[in-house]
Amino acid sequence: MSDRETDVREIIQNNIRNKKGIVNKIMPVFFFIMASVSVLTTIGIIVTLVTDAYKFFSAVGLSEIFSTRLAPLRAEDPTFGILPLINGTIIITAIAMLVAIPLGLTAALYLSQFASPRVRKTVKPILEVLAGIPTIVYGFFAYTFVTPMLMSLIPTLESKNALSPGIVMGIMIIPLVASLSEDAMNAVPEILKEGSLALGSTKLEVAIKVVIPSAISGIIASFVLAISRAIGETMIVTIASGSSKAFTFDITRSMQTMTSYIVEFTSGDAGSGTTGYYSLYAVGLILLSFTLVMNLIAQYISRKYREEY
Amino acid sequence: MKEIELTNRINTTDKMVFDVKGLNLWYDQEQALRDINIGIEKNRVTAIIGPSGCGKSTFIKTLNRMVENIPSVRITGEILYHQQNIFDKAISVEELRTRVGMVFQKPNPFPKSIYENVVFGPKIHGIKDKNLLMEIAEISLKRAALWDEVKDRLKKNAIGLSGGQQQRLCIARALAVNPDILLMDEPTSALDPIATGKIEDLVLELKKDYTIVIVTHSMQQAARISDKTAFFLTGELLEYDETKKIFSNPQHKKTEDYVTGRFG
Ligand SMILES: Nc1ncnc2c1ncn2[C@@H]1O[C@H](COP(=O)(O)OP(=O)(O)OP(=O)(O)O)[C@@H](O)[C@H]1O
Ligand SMILES: [Mg+2]
Repeated sequence: MSDRETDVREIIQNNIRNKKGIVNKIMPVFFFIMASVSVLTTIGIIVTLVTDAYKFFSAVGLSEIFSTRLAPLRAEDPTFGILPLINGTIIITAIAMLVAIPLGLTAALYLSQFASPRVRKTVKPILEVLAGIPTIVYGFFAYTFVTPMLMSLIPTLESKNALSPGIVMGIMIIPLVASLSEDAMNAVPEILKEGSLALGSTKLEVAIKVVIPSAISGIIASFVLAISRAIGETMIVTIASGSSKAFTFDITRSMQTMTSYIVEFTSGDAGSGTTGYYSLYAVGLILLSFTLVMNLIAQYISRKYREEY
Repeated sequence: MKEIELTNRINTTDKMVFDVKGLNLWYDQEQALRDINIGIEKNRVTAIIGPSGCGKSTFIKTLNRMVENIPSVRITGEILYHQQNIFDKAISVEELRTRVGMVFQKPNPFPKSIYENVVFGPKIHGIKDKNLLMEIAEISLKRAALWDEVKDRLKKNAIGLSGGQQQRLCIARALAVNPDILLMDEPTSALDPIATGKIEDLVLELKKDYTIVIVTHSMQQAARISDKTAFFLTGELLEYDETKKIFSNPQHKKTEDYVTGRFG
């Protein structure tokens, strides 16, 4: 062996020996601790929610909780029926999805299958900007622009209502659906699309018969994320939907969601230790279980419908 | 514009299915095909050979106009399919592609059931009758020599098949829309020798009913299954003749060097 080769060998050996040193032992531990932080935080949140929610559930009977009577601020005999809040959350989420899913999906289809590279390059950043607008701006937009506009179409519309924030929330969520579905559609291998084109399909048929079925798990995942996002959305509904605690299916009227209930109470006068105060934790817990269930559904559906390629 | 119908092959007695005249093709500025003139004969197997990058794939993708999916492509010249220029504005590429089927280098079954793969084309083109679809599936799978292996699991996902089975499924899928020509771009390059042998036997069987154009890098394959061979070199058709002639007594030195493995 020449001198140079011996030198190189020696450097490599020393280097490997050094890697067995302290840094290589400590770093994985450090990473583990950092990863644990988020897990521990989650556990902490759940423990707090559950213990304080438990106080609420033991103070208020189940038959009252699952009723439509919600009057938490009444001085005499306040009632804590949660159904108006669940109803408001579901209705506004449904309106948002009726806007976000069709528009987001068609935008994704257009961008991934039909748009020229130049159009795609201009439209995608615009979508991302749309996604970055603070939700309070959307809330303001719903209350000062969309609601008055809708009022001229529907004269009976109340100034606080479920329809307007639902629509605006849908608009806010379009980029999320569009961007995630587009990613899923772009991941469909070119060779599958070619296989379909070579059988004489049109581009539209390729999109509908090959791209969407192949990307379905990603597309459904985007819907579920959109629903979770809508359930958790707070500012738009607080501003534009108001705080009516009536149980109603009339979307022209004010409704309160679980999130805006929490806003109302944390910024208002629910004294610590009162039933009203503990009701916040109960609502928070129910909100959390909603999103948890959504995620489980998403996992189940995407496993069931996955078309592997 | 009103679309004109492609000639029904049943009514023609042409010996030639494709007559390519003065075909040039560019990707942007780069010319990939230069003045190609070639006649593809009916019910024969035509092999396209030549070194990597010489334009074989580009050429066969031009025959069903799949090459036009690449935006930078520019084409001059004509390709007559039973005397009609396939680039004629009045011809529908969708219809052309049902006449000129294609099998790709890598098997590309859809992530659907075996049955759904085969009837994909017929369904797209408007056949709804369940019995008819089943009949088409059975005939196509039998023609592709796959029926016996899959008849008990037609509803199973095609992704579960072996590579060779997947490729025969892709052949069945192409046959299901009743083409008269089958283009195959290195259909066995991703397969083991046994699966390759099966595809080769199948090609020999299929040529009774179809015209086949096959790109291959294997000289044994070209010699074994093709009737005519076209040798491409840097975008040009250097030599085109009976396969026997190309392999025993080629006109060009370069053809001889290539088929004897001295370069390429
Ligand atoms: N999409 C494309 N864009 C630009 N140039 C391309 C494209 N596809 C092919 N080419 C070029 O065209 C020429 C012919 O390519 P082609 O794929 O037809 O060769 P080939 O004979 O099939 O090669 P191989 O045996 O490796 O498959 C090559 O120079 C290649 O770089
Ligand atoms: Mg090729």
